[in-house]
Formats: sequence, structure tokens, C-alpha cells
Amino acid sequence: MQDIKITARGVQVHYGDTHAIKDVSVDIQDNTVTAFIGPSGCGKSTFLRCLNRMNDTIDICRVTGDILLDGEDIYDKRVDPVQLRAKVGMVFQKPNPFPKSIYDNIAYGPRIHGLARNKADLDDIVEKSLRRGAIWDEVKDRLHAPGTGLSGGQQQRLCIARAVATEPEVLLMDEPCSALDPIATAQVEELIDELRENYSVVIVTHSMQQAARVSQKTAFFHLGNLVEFGDTDQIFTNPSDPRTESYITGRIG
Amino acid sequence: MTDAAFPDGANGAAPRTTTSLLAQDARTRKRNAAEARFRAYGIAAIAVGLVFLAVLVSSIIFKGVGAFQQTFITLNVELLEEKLDKSGTRDIEAIKKVTTFGYNPLIDAALAQAIAETGIENPFSKGKDLRKMISSGAAADVRDYVIENPDEIGKTVEFRLLASSRVDGYLKDRVTRESLARDKNLSPEHLDIVDALAGAGVVTKAFNTDFITGADASESRPEQAGIGVSMLGSFYMMLVVLACALPIGVAASIYLEEFAPQNGFTDLIEVNISNLAAVPSIVFGILGLAVFIQFAHLPQSAPLVGGLVLTLMTLPTIIISTRASLKSVPPSIREAALGVGASKMQTVFHHVLPLAMPGILTGTIIGLAQALGETAPLLLIGMVGYIASNYPDGVIEGFMAPNSAMPAQIYEWAKRADPAYYERAWGGIIILLLFLMSMNIIAIILRRRFERRW
Repeated sequence: MQDIKITARGVQVHYGDTHAIKDVSVDIQDNTVTAFIGPSGCGKSTFLRCLNRMNDTIDICRVTGDILLDGEDIYDKRVDPVQLRAKVGMVFQKPNPFPKSIYDNIAYGPRIHGLARNKADLDDIVEKSLRRGAIWDEVKDRLHAPGTGLSGGQQQRLCIARAVATEPEVLLMDEPCSALDPIATAQVEELIDELRENYSVVIVTHSMQQAARVSQKTAFFHLGNLVEFGDTDQIFTNPSDPRTESYITGRIG
Repeated sequence: MTDAAFPDGANGAAPRTTTSLLAQDARTRKRNAAEARFRAYGIAAIAVGLVFLAVLVSSIIFKGVGAFQQTFITLNVELLEEKLDKSGTRDIEAIKKVTTFGYNPLIDAALAQAIAETGIENPFSKGKDLRKMISSGAAADVRDYVIENPDEIGKTVEFRLLASSRVDGYLKDRVTRESLARDKNLSPEHLDIVDALAGAGVVTKAFNTDFITGADASESRPEQAGIGVSMLGSFYMMLVVLACALPIGVAASIYLEEFAPQNGFTDLIEVNISNLAAVPSIVFGILGLAVFIQFAHLPQSAPLVGGLVLTLMTLPTIIISTRASLKSVPPSIREAALGVGASKMQTVFHHVLPLAMPGILTGTIIGLAQALGETAPLLLIGMVGYIASNYPDGVIEGFMAPNSAMPAQIYEWAKRADPAYYERAWGGIIILLLFLMSMNIIAIILRRRFERRW
């Protein structure tokens, strides 16, 4: 049994008048891939974005309840969301590299957080991150080419490399493969499995096969409720809730 | 499909009637005709616009190009020592005591001699009558030359003197013998002399650099008037506008777009900015008069004040275009930056602003071009009607000393009675349009250069 990295208790999210997340409690373990599945609009992405306070940027969004990272409340008044996001990195649905060079894409995070003392340090971080993003061999000869010139799958791996460059403890991935073809998806999935060694990974996905392939824990969301949370094997072979069963067998969603 | 497919109104129960694809049915013909009509309207609208543009540009060029040509009379003026330096000591103070009246006889003599050389009879006995052919500013030109080169006194020097505006007009077909019947400034006999002198190469037309670099002149000397000083006034105003409007406008839009909370107050500000963009410019002029001149006691007619007034006018344009270009930066870039732990401000300054830069620059240059062509607000702070006859001494004077501006100068010339000024006004418009065009071209180039895809 791994250590608990994130503990959520009684989380409620409101967008204006819409009650998007209803009383969700979940434990996310370290060195584990946790998948959030569920039909569109069920709140899985919203909940994911609560974990690094990306919802703060939306004025009408209100979050209540407790989310603890290593036992510390991340919604405490003393917490600076910027520091939190350095610890809890994020990869988005659409690959979104900065319109800069590949090198600068990776180096940006370490630069603003002061992780590198000098140029050689920074070069090291860039190489290490690109290797972890499983893209080093493809781009090592053109580090100063624009990141936007890469293919979709390469861009997404670049974004993952960018996220790990700031040495986060948790990596949130919001449907990271939805814009990718099957080959690129396979590469990213392989990468996610490798990342598990160092990070706690939370992935939102629409593909149940993907959830089954990459995750150890799965949470099923439906209409803002956390319906079922447990080991991936158990969820997919022996779900306890009839709604989960309907969803994974394709009857709802 | 439509009802036509089911003539008896049954809900798809009727047997399907197959039609040939090679024949157009009535509905398709109607739709195609409507599209063809719309295309024709569009082409007609563009054609009308192009015709107006062609008429405008050709009439401006046709009427204005004359201002860039000026008639000169080349004379060998004998700088007589007994007239210009009686003592013979070349004492500069003594030379300066001789006014332009002292130079007039010398020019008259030179002109009479040039006429005699052509062999034509000179019907004028008095130099005063003969002198009407030459600009009244000519004597001052000769005097300035002598004061600068006192050693030339006693010698005969060749001068290229400005012809009077009537002579200039005659060479440009503006003045005819018939029109001179009602004009006491020049008589048909003068024109005979001009014809002869032109044949001898004494009277010539040449490119008029003074029109571009020179200062404005009084009402009676249109041949001397130039747009250079007011161009400088416009330049200093644009510096003020750029230095004030760009930082204020960009800072305001970044705050409103990226930082300000969405509430009633920011909505109110937004509505007001849009409204300010539509306020007539003369209103900004009267605001400038009240605030900058009557309250703050800044000097009247100064480019500094003009620039401040134009800043007020340009700000809404810059804010609106800056906000639009900030809005067009995709939110995924902001998320990406926030996701790696950048602060709000780092996100804006490292990622959003560079991507919005081409739009901001374009908006700023368009705003500047608008300000450059603005006349009405300058009316109220005294920059229209001021005769910009001297170059300012130094940069501070440039901002603080009374001056005019290019559009104000054009307006002033168009207002004056002498038809020679009419030509100057059109010439001024050509120069102003050249400036506006080059600013727009710069805007396009900058946009192309900085545009980046994401």
C-alpha cells in the first residue's frame, strides 16, 4: 500500500448556479496512476482542476470542502496557488507548447522557479526532462527549433516534459491523448507508466480501455457525484454500483 | 427536401420522384440567380469605391503637384560697396544696419540688366513696378547672404531668387493675361518680359525643396511658404502621443483584460472607453483648452499641449485594439503558463503580451496616424492659424514653443485668399498622405514580422 498523496473530503464545486461537483471524497496515492472516468460533463475535469487550483482563474467558480496535499490544506488562505502549481503540474487536453523553441519550452518553468544555478544546470534539466518525456532522441538535434513545429504526439510529450521539468510531486493530466492518433497515444501511455515511478499521476480520460491499461486506481464520476472508487481491476471486472457497470459496458455515457 | 418533393403532402409516403442531375430545378435556378445578383452588387460596390478613390487621388495629385515646382529668376546681382558698406570696413554691425530696402535697388538693376540682355523693351521706368515680378522675400535672401559672406561685397554674385506668385502662376497656367486685367499686382507687360526671360533661361521652374523644409510665410508671399516647420510641430506632437498614449493605453488594457474582476464597475469603464472612442475630436480640444491651458497654464499653441490633447483622443483607440489583441491570444497559452507555476503577471508578460504585440503595434500606429491627421482639437488650443515661421531652437523649444501642425497648416492655407495658397494646400495634403501611407505600411510590416502562429 502506497502513501496517500492527496486527500479530498466533501469537495463541492459551484459554477455560478450550477452545482458541478457534489460532495466528492477521494484518496490519491503516491506512485500510482489514478484514472478519472465518466461521461462528458460529469465533473471529472472540474475535479482535476481543483487539485492544483486552476479553477481559481474562473471568477464564478466556488470550491468548498477540504483538499489536502501531504496533509496541508491547499485552499488555506496562506497557500499561494503559484507555489502549489509548481508542486502539482498539469498537462492539458490539447497540446499547448509555448510558441518558443523546444529548449525554452522546457527551460521556462525551471527559470521562473530558480531551479538552475547556471546555464549548464539548465541544460541538464532540459535534457533530463526531455528524456523523461520520452522525446529526447527525437528533438536533441533541434532544441532551438520552435516547439509548435512538432507533430501532435511530440507536442504532447513536450508538454509532459515541460510539466516534469519543474520537479512536481503530482502530475495531473486532462485527457492527454484525446487529440492524438493511436501510435502517439501508445507512446504517451507508455510514458505515463514510467512516470509512475517518480510521481503520483492523475489522469482524466474518455477511453475506458486507456484507463484499464494505464491506471491502478479508477474513480467513476457521474453527474457530479463520485459513484465508485477503487482498484482498476475491480472496477472493470466487478463493479459494485449498477451505474458503473452500465457505463463500462456502454449502456450510458 | 422541400414540399415540392411530396406534392400530395404525404409524409414521405409518396413514391420518390427521381430528377436528372443534369437539369436544374426551379429552386436551384432561383438560388443561383440570387447568388449571382449578390456578387454583382458586391462588385458594383467595390467599383464605386475604387472610382471615388481614383478621383480623389488623381485630383489631389493633379492639383497638388504644382506646389513641388517653383519658378525662380536667376540674376547676377552686383553687391555695390557704396550701398551696402559705405565705410568699407566690412564691419558686420554696419552691414546689418542696411535693411532690405537698401537691397531692392540692386535687385532692380540686376533685373533691368537681364531684361536688356534679352533685347526686349522695358516699359517700366520705376524699379518698384519691375520688382513685382520678384518675391518680396528676395531682398531678404540677398541680405542674409551678404551678412554671412561680407567679403563678397563689391563683387557680382549669381542669385536664384524666387519669382512672385503671379509669375509662378503664369508659368503654371494659373494666371492668364485676362485674369491680370482685374489684378493690380501684375500687368500683361510683365508677362511679355517673363516670356522673354524664360526664353533666355533666366526664369526657370525647378523642384521646390523649400516647400518641404521651409517655414510658413505671410499672406502676401505664398511663393515662400513651406510645410517644414509645421511638420516638425506634428513630429513633436506624435512623440508626446507615443510617450503618453502607448504606456497608459497598454497598461490600462492589460489590467482590464487580465487582472480586473468582472463586475459592474469594470463594465462601466468598458462602456465608457467605447463611448470615448466615438466622442467628436473637437470635444477633446475644448477639454484640452480648459485643462492644459486655462488650468495648468501650459503655453498656448505648443506641440506639448497638442500632443496631450491628441493623447486623450488616441487612448480609446489604443485600449480597444490592445484589448482585442489580448483577447485573441488563445487561453491554452495562459493555462500552459499557469500550469507550470507562472504567476499571473509572469503569464501576461512572458507569454500573452509577446503574442499580442503585433496587434498592439498595429493599433498604436493606426491611432497615431489618426492623431497625425486630426485638425479640430488643434483649433481650440491655438495651433490653427499660428504662422509657423521659425524653426524651434532645440528640443525643449520644439515641445514648448508655439508651432502649427501639418493638417492645421493645410487648413490655414486653404483658408487664405491668394489662389497660390490653394495649390500649397493640395501639396500639403500630398505630404500628409505620404506620411499616413508610410505609417500604415510600417504597421503592416510590423504585423507580418511579429506574427507568430500557435
